[in-house]
Amino acid sequence: MAALMLRWSCLGKRWVLACIDGGSRHGRGAAIGLTSRRKRGQSSVAQQPLIAVQKSRKGEHEWAAVVGLEIHAQISSNSKLFSGSQVHFAAPPNSLVSFFDASLPGTLPVLNRRCVEAAVMTGLALNCRINKKSLFDRKHYFYADLPAGYQITQQRLPIAVNGSLAYSVSVGKKPSQVSTRTVRIKQIQLEQDSGKSLHDEPRSQTLIDLNRAGVGLLEVVLEPDMSCGEEAASAVRELQLILQALGTSQANMAEGQLRVDANISVHHPGEPLGVRTEVKNLNSARFLAKAIDFEIKRQIHELENGRKILNETRSFDDKLGCTMPMRDKEGKQDYRFMPEPNLPPLLLYDTASLPPGADPQQVINIDWIRERLPELPGKTREKLIQQYGMLPEHSFTLLNEVGLLEFFQNVIKETRAEPKKVTSWVLNIFLGFLKQQNLAVNESPVTPSALAELLNLLDRKAISSSAARQVFEELWQSKGKTPSQIVSEKKLELMQDQEALERVCHTVMEGHPQVVMDMKRGNPRAINKLIGLVRKATLSRADPTVIKEILERKLSS
Amino acid sequence: MSSLLSAPSALREDALRRLKREMWARAVKLGLRSWVGWRRGFTSKADPQRSGRVTAEVIEHLERLALVDFGSLEAVARLEKAIAFADRLRAVDTDGVEPMESVLEDRCLYLRSDNVVEGNCAEELLQNAHRVVEEYFVAPPGVND
Repeated sequence: MAALMLRWSCLGKRWVLACIDGGSRHGRGAAIGLTSRRKRGQSSVAQQPLIAVQKSRKGEHEWAAVVGLEIHAQISSNSKLFSGSQVHFAAPPNSLVSFFDASLPGTLPVLNRRCVEAAVMTGLALNCRINKKSLFDRKHYFYADLPAGYQITQQRLPIAVNGSLAYSVSVGKKPSQVSTRTVRIKQIQLEQDSGKSLHDEPRSQTLIDLNRAGVGLLEVVLEPDMSCGEEAASAVRELQLILQALGTSQANMAEGQLRVDANISVHHPGEPLGVRTEVKNLNSARFLAKAIDFEIKRQIHELENGRKILNETRSFDDKLGCTMPMRDKEGKQDYRFMPEPNLPPLLLYDTASLPPGADPQQVINIDWIRERLPELPGKTREKLIQQYGMLPEHSFTLLNEVGLLEFFQNVIKETRAEPKKVTSWVLNIFLGFLKQQNLAVNESPVTPSALAELLNLLDRKAISSSAARQVFEELWQSKGKTPSQIVSEKKLELMQDQEALERVCHTVMEGHPQVVMDMKRGNPRAINKLIGLVRKATLSRADPTVIKEILERKLSS
Repeated sequence: MSSLLSAPSALREDALRRLKREMWARAVKLGLRSWVGWRRGFTSKADPQRSGRVTAEVIEHLERLALVDFGSLEAVARLEKAIAFADRLRAVDTDGVEPMESVLEDRCLYLRSDNVVEGNCAEELLQNAHRVVEEYFVAPPGVND
């Protein structure tokens, strides 16, 4: 089954390669197809895989890359996984550390109920099978930020297995050309986070802060069903949205709440998989795709030059844009896994198997959790498409930008304008302004109410669409003024007085008999000229369609 | 055993002494058997690379993994004896037997509610440290693998 799926992804990759190859002959090789939609802090731009460059050069048979991911998401909880100390991002060093976290003798792990619920929710959202019995193990290795010398994790029998994650990837230059891919989820397990080490090179010492030691992590292991950096980045983005929708993790990569390690290998389609390398230190959405694509390219380059790929661990240097081997890995790590002797198996129940008279605080009912799952991003997008008739790629953009969906929904609530109009204004004009000034939605000077009011004016035909743009610009610059105020200040209202408009049309027609003659002869451009003249005469305060209608009427009379 | 605990003290002491003697005898027999087994080499259940000797490579690997110092040949010999002793387990036929995970495996795993009840004791914790820099623990370089 695995081989078959691999071929599918290979076929998919080859199709994509073929498309790009056609493009690369015209372009300049690498980095083709960059769209201008640069999302702030999110996954990289739609960059075509760089494999195409290699293919066109040697005319050899092609390469297929295989990418698997291990994602660690910090669980959003008040206290840590096995102790009652607080989980918080910024705090004085070692102030959120209990005796257990510092691994003092005589302390024991006590499992946090909220972390188990978070794991079950995430497993259900990712279509996993929840193991009713799961076990905890110790993974031993020595590192200064791991005071116990081992990490409690779930190696033998994790809490959830065999799920899937659907994500969307662009397959062409047009934004509407998107295709849905699926990546299998091997397992989800609960494990402890380690502390933080700060390397003080000049003084040759390492400073250890254990505030993060013991925080609950969800490790989500994605099978190697992805074939390039863009796919990996999209999958991670979708997982981020799901975790945020569930509330199980804030999944903010910048704050270290979501960390990704990638396993990458290349091979010729049809041949067995190549040696894989692990790339760690991928802590930014922007560099994720870049690092993976670089590593794929590097491996192809090495193999094409007759060298071998070492099964090693590399890290990504974002300043140089390349992966480098990490010093300390010689030979395979032996973690000496053993069952955690201080924790019995974790048993979960469903409504059918719930023991009668059990203390509700001490049992977890999978069915109860499933019934209360929040709406997932996929469902939200579907509803947007159905409810507002928007295009799929618009729904993706709305959800991708932090706070944009809420903004959009607030505008819809307060305006009578058509949803399509609102969509267009929010995604094109509003978002365009934000991007230009590199602002987040919550930093926008224009509030949803203001935009709603503006759209109402437009809808009522109180102003023309070009006037609306002007008002928007003004709203952006000056805070505190409402659209109506701006309209009256700048005299942007459309002329409502029909009679006055007719008089102006009449005057213009009298003043330009030659143009009127042209019009009578059926010259289409003549009428546009007249419309232009009328507009100038009314200081652009008349609706062009109304002008056209009046002129045509006058002409025929 | 429970009957022993409820018996009068004199009887109890007698029974305990007998028990101790039996256990000793058993231990000696086992020890002898294992020593003899070690001398004789290993049964067919052992894997081919085990000749009873632990190679220098493995010792180095273990020293790095477990931060243990096998300083002398004696220590290595003791390790080999320990492995041989544990190998006795293979004499038991465990086909079809579900392994026990821990002696706690039938107990209930207690679930704690998600409240903050600990922490805020940086001073106390740092007292244990050999070196401290501004509320950070200090680890010497080279400690990290």
